[in-house]
Amino acid sequence: MNVLSDERILLGHGGGGRLTRDLIDNEIVSRFGKGPLQGLPDGARLGIAGGEIVFSTDSFVVAPLVFPGGDIGKLAVHGTVNDVAVSGGTPRWLSLALIIEEGLELARLRGILDSIAEAAKECGVIVATGDTKVVARGQCDGLYINTAGIGEPIEGLRPDIKKIARGDVVIASGPLGDHGMAVMAAREGLGFAQGLRSDTAPVHRLVHAAATWAEDVKFMRDPTRGGAAAVLNEIVEGRDFGVVVQETALPYSPQARAISEVLGIDLLHVASEGRLLLVCAPERARDILNAWKNLPEGKDAALIGRVTGDKGRVLLETAIGGRRMIDVPQGELLPRIC
Amino acid sequence: MCLAVPMKIVELKNDSAGVCELDGTRYDVDLSLIETPSLQEYVIVHAGFAIEKLDEAEASARLELFEGMAQAYREDETGPAGEGE
Amino acid sequence: MKYIDGFRDPDAARYLKREIGALAKRLAAAERTVRLMEVCGSHTMAIARYGIRQVLPENVRLLSGPGCPVCVTDAAYIDAAIALAEQGHTIATFGDMLKVPGSGRTLADARSVGGRVKVCYSPMDAIGEAEENPSREVIFLAIGFETTIPPVTAVVKAANAKGLSNISFLTAFKLVPPALEALTTDPEVKVDGFICPAHVSAIIGSDAYVPFVEKHEVPCVIAGFEPLDILMGIKGLLEQLLSGEPELVNQYSRVVKKEGNKAALALMDAHLEPADASWRGIGTIPSSGLKLRPQLRRYDAAEKFGVRLEGGTPDSRCRCGDVLKGKLLPPECPLFGKACNTLRPVGPCMVSAEGSCAAYYKYSR
Repeated sequence: MNVLSDERILLGHGGGGRLTRDLIDNEIVSRFGKGPLQGLPDGARLGIAGGEIVFSTDSFVVAPLVFPGGDIGKLAVHGTVNDVAVSGGTPRWLSLALIIEEGLELARLRGILDSIAEAAKECGVIVATGDTKVVARGQCDGLYINTAGIGEPIEGLRPDIKKIARGDVVIASGPLGDHGMAVMAAREGLGFAQGLRSDTAPVHRLVHAAATWAEDVKFMRDPTRGGAAAVLNEIVEGRDFGVVVQETALPYSPQARAISEVLGIDLLHVASEGRLLLVCAPERARDILNAWKNLPEGKDAALIGRVTGDKGRVLLETAIGGRRMIDVPQGELLPRIC
Repeated sequence: MCLAVPMKIVELKNDSAGVCELDGTRYDVDLSLIETPSLQEYVIVHAGFAIEKLDEAEASARLELFEGMAQAYREDETGPAGEGE
Repeated sequence: MKYIDGFRDPDAARYLKREIGALAKRLAAAERTVRLMEVCGSHTMAIARYGIRQVLPENVRLLSGPGCPVCVTDAAYIDAAIALAEQGHTIATFGDMLKVPGSGRTLADARSVGGRVKVCYSPMDAIGEAEENPSREVIFLAIGFETTIPPVTAVVKAANAKGLSNISFLTAFKLVPPALEALTTDPEVKVDGFICPAHVSAIIGSDAYVPFVEKHEVPCVIAGFEPLDILMGIKGLLEQLLSGEPELVNQYSRVVKKEGNKAALALMDAHLEPADASWRGIGTIPSSGLKLRPQLRRYDAAEKFGVRLEGGTPDSRCRCGDVLKGKLLPPECPLFGKACNTLRPVGPCMVSAEGSCAAYYKYSR
């Protein structure tokens, strides 16, 4: 048996797949899993004097710090804003904690901070508190950011994974996997000259558009680490239904498809940072799709699947009429030649 | 082990290096295994190397064959298109 | 994607499914169950990715053959690579190799305790790594079938031309035709027809299979990796079985020529010479590998670092040998899905994303 890897953290533990899940279930949930952390929502709803707040946090590590279509700063704002939004909140306040590596060029830091300011403005959130630490060279990779967000609940909108039922449908707000593929392509060593941009963007306008039919919105999540595959598998975990996805309905950008073919990576496993998966009652799908398609960030929205079928399984109906299982990614995504 | 995709040569550099394109994405590709690579030609790229040219005439013939099959299937399913014209 | 999407057309696939169904019915009337083997791991992966098994009639069974060079890499080879990483050298490798277990550990494990493992998309990246770190030894894990051997050999040539002294290659190249021959002469292996690899054939040429087909009188089709290519290949094999006239048919003529890629073959010949090779799960097959020619020995990592590529102890309960030979379907192995899964693979077929067991585990559980 592999003693070493059982006792140490591997990069794959951060990949958003099965290893990540095991780490969180065995080490985090076992200690803190009672209360608001139960079920691991993207954001917690907490009762406070006079009402409720939606609370979420996220940490950001990405190489390179700046990539086509965005940078770590934008990502740090969008990531937390989106977690608050999909939990049914309007994001209001952010905390901003920076862990900076000795030697980081000030110009680069300024650029990232400007980008944070711009993103916060666009999302209507205020950076309310923060922290700065500098660590010795080699102790972090340029810059790590943690943000936490507080939002106000949107009236009537209480998405909850437990509300999902057989017959519901799954909608994607736009092309999947652009962010992960753009970052992978930009990363040193892959050497791709140009082509694809990250999709990093806030989803709160999409959430508000869907909130018109708040009663029928069962569940929302931004398919970040682990991609759509991780979200879909979470939906069916431990339930008596499955999800069947139509391959031909999946929205992908031509560039992300191209790079995924070249590197041998399944786009369903690749992160988006400005997309939304939403599960709703079937009779609402058309309304929500239309509302989204009227927004620039939702113009490629598509109904991608249905809640039905085999218990606990996510199946893909392939373009040629075959079927296969969509599994969660097994850890780190690596370019393949096989 | 043979993940490889067809790409179009869009730039030739010296030392048998080139740039290939696939749907708006561009890649540095080593063309040293290809005899006389030329611009606009399609090559099969594996691990950053073009391993063979793609014969466009052969590919088009194959695509036509498949197109014919697809059409035949659709006609069988829905009846011939344009009947009675 | 030009020259990709057209080979995935749903209606053409339905047409072919119907044709295959009709052919299979005629074979079923003669009470024949047909066993076809895809030799190449990329076919295995494509078959799983597009759900091709599900569109085939019951009496047409697809068996996964030797698979890919990642999965057939010996445990001892991985052990050696890990040992070199632990000595402080840089291991440069294709991403696929990171999850492959040696006698216990993987290169990903070695990296987690500080080993330097550089993942390359192109093997040429290893040259850059060596040039940027002149004080470090860079060892490229030179694995591959005929598709990958020429690119890696081009890197050996480039290193030699530049006179680089801090790069070397741990070779475990493998050749498809000798493996095909070994499989077919194994009396326990019963295969009615072979789907021959697409890109290996692009290098070696379709003529390379002619002696094999003539000797064993078994139908062979060279097929591309797109779903319509594969369905056409299956259809062609069934037609041959019905006509009783086995031959080699090149269905991937848009890429594969009779004589193969002459420049690539010449490059290989100038730098490499035949060697016996040990295939994980199968054993040693004579002359089924290639190693660096004597004048290039200084680039041979095994010589340079005194590495012995022997021993290595994979789990003895693993039935990958039988799966690779097509004697067993993955779920019939006692370890499948239990002690052996894609997260903790034991044998070669679970190791690669397109290994037969991994494909089964991921897509058709």
